[in-house]
Amino acid sequence: MSLSRLSGVLRKTLIQAVPTAIGIVILNFLLLQLAPGDAADVMAGEAGAATEETMAMLRKQFGLDLPVLDQLLAYLGHLAQGSLGFSPRYNMPVADLIAQRLPGTLLLMGLSLSLALLLGIALGTVMALNAGRWPDRLISVGSLVFYSVPGFWIGLMLIVLFSVKLGWLPSGGAETIGAGLSGLDSLLDKARHMLLPAASLALFYVAIYARLTRATMLEVASQDFIRTATAKGLTPFHVATRHILRNALLPVTTLAGMHFGGILGGAVVVETVYSWPGLGRLAFEAVMRRDFNVLLGVLLLCSLLVIIVNMVVDLLQAWLDPRIEVR
Amino acid sequence: MGVIERSLSHSEAIVWAGPTSEPLVLPGPGFGLLTNREDDAANAPDAQAPAPVVATAPSPSNGQRALKAFLRNPSGLGALAFLLLVAGIALAAPFLYPDDPLAMVGRPFLWPGQNPEFPLGTDSLGRDVAAGLVWGARISLLVGFTAMALGVSAGIAVGATAGYFGGWIDDALVRLTEVVQTVPSFVLLVVLVAIAQPSITTVTGAIAMVTWPMVARLVRAEFRSLREKDFVTAARAIGSGPVRIILREILPNALSPIIVTASVLVASAILMESALSFLGLGDPNLVSWGSMIGAGRELLRTAWYLTAIPGFAIVLTVLALNLVGDALNDALNPHLSAGR
Repeated sequence: MSLSRLSGVLRKTLIQAVPTAIGIVILNFLLLQLAPGDAADVMAGEAGAATEETMAMLRKQFGLDLPVLDQLLAYLGHLAQGSLGFSPRYNMPVADLIAQRLPGTLLLMGLSLSLALLLGIALGTVMALNAGRWPDRLISVGSLVFYSVPGFWIGLMLIVLFSVKLGWLPSGGAETIGAGLSGLDSLLDKARHMLLPAASLALFYVAIYARLTRATMLEVASQDFIRTATAKGLTPFHVATRHILRNALLPVTTLAGMHFGGILGGAVVVETVYSWPGLGRLAFEAVMRRDFNVLLGVLLLCSLLVIIVNMVVDLLQAWLDPRIEVR
Repeated sequence: MGVIERSLSHSEAIVWAGPTSEPLVLPGPGFGLLTNREDDAANAPDAQAPAPVVATAPSPSNGQRALKAFLRNPSGLGALAFLLLVAGIALAAPFLYPDDPLAMVGRPFLWPGQNPEFPLGTDSLGRDVAAGLVWGARISLLVGFTAMALGVSAGIAVGATAGYFGGWIDDALVRLTEVVQTVPSFVLLVVLVAIAQPSITTVTGAIAMVTWPMVARLVRAEFRSLREKDFVTAARAIGSGPVRIILREILPNALSPIIVTASVLVASAILMESALSFLGLGDPNLVSWGSMIGAGRELLRTAWYLTAIPGFAIVLTVLALNLVGDALNDALNPHLSAGR
């Protein structure tokens, strides 16, 4: 495992990532130009009335009266300086707004992705080792059901069961407001609030990883080196974990990287269900309030996150599988 | 199944090795791998089909074999029957419940079974839940299938052009596909629908706009491996133009992974539509399963059946679509399912 090979992979992925990132900025900007009404309209609407002059003043203040190309250039210019613009609706810089919400979403996504990978790989392994027998069939059916359930609906059903009927877990929010908890209690409180949203978000991906782990493990198990491993007297457990599972993990990591964007999208809905203070909810609020700077910022940040995660996955793969060459 | 049958028998005369597709985007064992018919016949598990041992025996075409394999799959058949039932109910909605499903017809908050006139109960405004469910099926299926058709067509157009021509066209289209695919699709979907104002047309169009890249990648990979095959060279040699080669020669041979993807796309389109409606970004003048859940959500503590019932409808329909997709995958890629 040479460092130069890894840096080669890094360079290659960077070359691919930069044009995509630029394309995304331009796409988002053009998209939002098509939107009817702007922030000035919304503010005027909320104020109840506005004269033409006030509207013009508002537009001038937000730079909405400039030609499209100038607005794009101004946006790109600000972006180069690390600024995402100013949100007229929240009356604060978009970057600050996003920075407030980002940790919540990352925490939620991280937890649900780990949950999904852990459960999915475990279930997939059980399925592959029992292929064709009843545990396989049972989990197969279960995973297909998980795969078909809308995340927001299972979220609501979990609330009915665990919050309304059983009263075990809170139904929304990120922490108990006004409880004044500290230290371990506060941590536990936060964990209790995260459990249901993370589970609702994870369910779909548990199904995918279980199925994929099963399929790849069966594929790997039929290869020659597994027969060799068995022939030289390794225990079935050793063969299953060290030889089959390890080689089956590669496609699973690829897919997990590709799902990052999907989970971000799922977070929009799940965060709405659980009133979780995160990016997804912010995006939804921004759409409703026509706050384009915020929306652009969220979209851009989400997409950049996806690009970064993809690069990390590429590097991880190059590390896991030495056969992957720099092309 | 007619389409599959015709398209696959087209490839019969030509021996071609299995194109390998890109790493799977979808779950499910090895997508899009086809081998030539001779291989299939040789590898087919004897228990499943009597393999034509005698060389002179007429062997069924790939399409017929796939159809037979599909018909032997009980879960796939059951799921298909259920889908047909849902489609039948959706079509019959104007006869089953001729009145506006948004009209108030009874006492509010009747639980299911409380009043035989409203078997599934009524909501907070006294609207019949069963009527909403039946009319909602129309929206879900309409959006699901239309969005799939649009997305698959766009994906085939982009993927076939990129894969067949290569060069700078390929580079540009791949770049575009990558940009759209990198943006989290549900976030993009929300933005598109919010910009275009929610209506059934915009929702359908927006779902197609976020799903085509998946098809495009798949089709491109298939085309790239198929365009170098002898039968394409032969077609080129006899003077066929690119459009004819793409549509008549390569596409039919790339169809089976596309068909499997299409069935999964309908399922995900239905899920997306329901999530949008749940968020209040559906067509405001129509009942859909998602909007019923969105309305029921406010009353989760007292009347959770309002949320549960339309959710079950979504789960069952999507589950049926996924089962059909699985069965199609097994039927069209038989060597993969052997022994599993």
